[in-house]
Amino acid sequence: MADTAVREFLHNLRLLPQTFKEAWLRLGKVPESEREESQATFHNFFLHIHSVRVHLRTLSPTLTWGLGLAATASFVILTITGVLLMVYYKPSTELAYQSMKDIHFTVATGRFIRNIHRWSAHVMVVAVFLHMARVFFTASYKKPREFNWLIGLALLVTTLGLSFTGYLLPWDQLAYWAITIGSNIANSPRELTDALGITRWFDPGGFQRQLLLGANYVGEDALIRFYVLHVFVLPLVLLILVGVHFWRIRKDGGLARPEDPMGGPAEWGGERRPVFEPLATKTYGLMAVVKGRRATVNRGPENTVMSWPHLLWAEMAVFMLTVAVSLILSFYFDAPLKELANPAIPENPAKAPWYFLGIQELVSYSAFMGGLVIPAIAVLGLALIPFLDRRPGGEGVWFGTPGERQVAWQSFLFALAVTIGMLTFTINFGWLRNWFPDIHQLWIIFINPGTLLVLFFAGWSLWVLQRRDSVRLAAVALFTCFLIGFTLLTYFATVHRGPNWEFYWWPSQWPVH
Amino acid sequence: MSRLEPPRVSRRSFLSLASLGSFFAAIGVAAAGVFRLPNPTVLPGPVRRYKIGRPEEFPVGSEKRLEKENVFIFRDTEGIYAVSAICTHLGCTVARSSDGFACPCHGSRFSPGGKVLGGPAPRPLPWLEISRAADGQLVVLADNEVAEGTRFRVLAPSEIEG
Repeated sequence: MADTAVREFLHNLRLLPQTFKEAWLRLGKVPESEREESQATFHNFFLHIHSVRVHLRTLSPTLTWGLGLAATASFVILTITGVLLMVYYKPSTELAYQSMKDIHFTVATGRFIRNIHRWSAHVMVVAVFLHMARVFFTASYKKPREFNWLIGLALLVTTLGLSFTGYLLPWDQLAYWAITIGSNIANSPRELTDALGITRWFDPGGFQRQLLLGANYVGEDALIRFYVLHVFVLPLVLLILVGVHFWRIRKDGGLARPEDPMGGPAEWGGERRPVFEPLATKTYGLMAVVKGRRATVNRGPENTVMSWPHLLWAEMAVFMLTVAVSLILSFYFDAPLKELANPAIPENPAKAPWYFLGIQELVSYSAFMGGLVIPAIAVLGLALIPFLDRRPGGEGVWFGTPGERQVAWQSFLFALAVTIGMLTFTINFGWLRNWFPDIHQLWIIFINPGTLLVLFFAGWSLWVLQRRDSVRLAAVALFTCFLIGFTLLTYFATVHRGPNWEFYWWPSQWPVH
Repeated sequence: MSRLEPPRVSRRSFLSLASLGSFFAAIGVAAAGVFRLPNPTVLPGPVRRYKIGRPEEFPVGSEKRLEKENVFIFRDTEGIYAVSAICTHLGCTVARSSDGFACPCHGSRFSPGGKVLGGPAPRPLPWLEISRAADGQLVVLADNEVAEGTRFRVLAPSEIEG
């Protein structure tokens, strides 16, 4: 008896590589049939977020430009490089700056890893913005995808939050003054409560500031709070939201696309594809309920291909491209590190990273409106779009309903003219306080170039709504204005604002001091 | 139950509602408790009281910028006064400019007396209390705001005798 057990043991030991492979990969080999390809997809934890078959439109590079995936890829890069940086970074006001210098000059590959972290953060912000624009202009937020649009908005805000908390950590001049300004923006409801004289009883601004700083001044308590937010709280929130975002894509029936025609061989991508014809002798069960107007019957999977390997290849390509872009940028351009934080003097000008410069321009009109209310209005406006524009049509097609392209162009020109006009006016003539030195602060809070821009954009959108009699076109007008306004303000503050936040044509004209 | 009677809440659904309500109430209280911890009870921070020297060190017409303390000290014929260098907009440090003070961050401009001339600042630069310590040095109490124009009067020797 003992003899057989030993033999069995040796036999199993010999087969170990094969059995382990089978246990691990289930299939144990590269799938050959479509059946095996399906199993490869839904038996793998990482692949099972894919449906087994994917529509050809989903794979079309010019529909999505791979932007959502590029954002995800940069988040993966950021997580890995971020953990590596945590090995050396010390979140203390005494040591943070020195540890950044260590990472930059002493740690093996430290400079490169930090550069990658910085650059993929930029890539992620750009990808998230462009992804939102893609989803909007292909009307992909429409029913049943309203909720996923909201998740996407939350992801945008979280991404910006991660960027903000990230550049505070080196404790250089940029970091110190960004925390000072950021926490004072959180404090800025006091602008309103002070003007109304109710701060003593109702002080949400002071509460927010204390929550962020943990003290009355910018110091160790503030740094550790932003560190916890950056390395734990916000990444966790982002991860959960990304999970929900992906899951909703599946549950909402994949990427938005127009309905395939019923029956007959479908033509898409220049090829005629075979129709799936149900056999009379077979019973078909409903395996999963996904939202969509029609079941895939009588037109079958003709416009779909297997996710393994087609979708997988496409995803790997986008992933590699994102990594490549981050690596190339990191190789040639170092992440900035300014001088050690100096609480006595800010840099002049003290500029935030580019994606916050539009907001910094708005803040230079009014802290409360520019820093809190206008961004809140923008997010709220974006959130309302799928609930106000509910007429189906144009899903998954760039500028899919009639007139969209035209309205987008008109809104582009309108927003361009209004924003440039407003900036030109403000630079040349100043604003209320320059004309009426004793004006009450409430006037400046509510009437400033930023709030007027919002009014102009909202007015234009309402005009389009009435004139073109289409909610979608009004939404296109509003979104285009938002996009152009944001881009122009960002550009303007990046290039044309100099010392003391004054206007200069080029940075080369800044006074030397 | 006749169809004309208004539907009554059954005992079972009342209990369900009550338990659901208590669940969310508990979650709500717990969530509020979560925010209680990071909201600081004690606000650590440096004492913002600065000894700046004896009155004789500030001759009439002089001005001095105290870097670390973020305070400007002025002396005119009426006395000595301190103006905060922290911008009332978003807390950057203002610098002296040709027409008073200018903020590098968002372009607020102030008169030499701290009045807002332009830009987003909601309030004038505060004037700070100055008192005298036992050893004869002047002390700026940077947490105490005083009305604009409040000066620390330095008496001339003749005034003291008279």
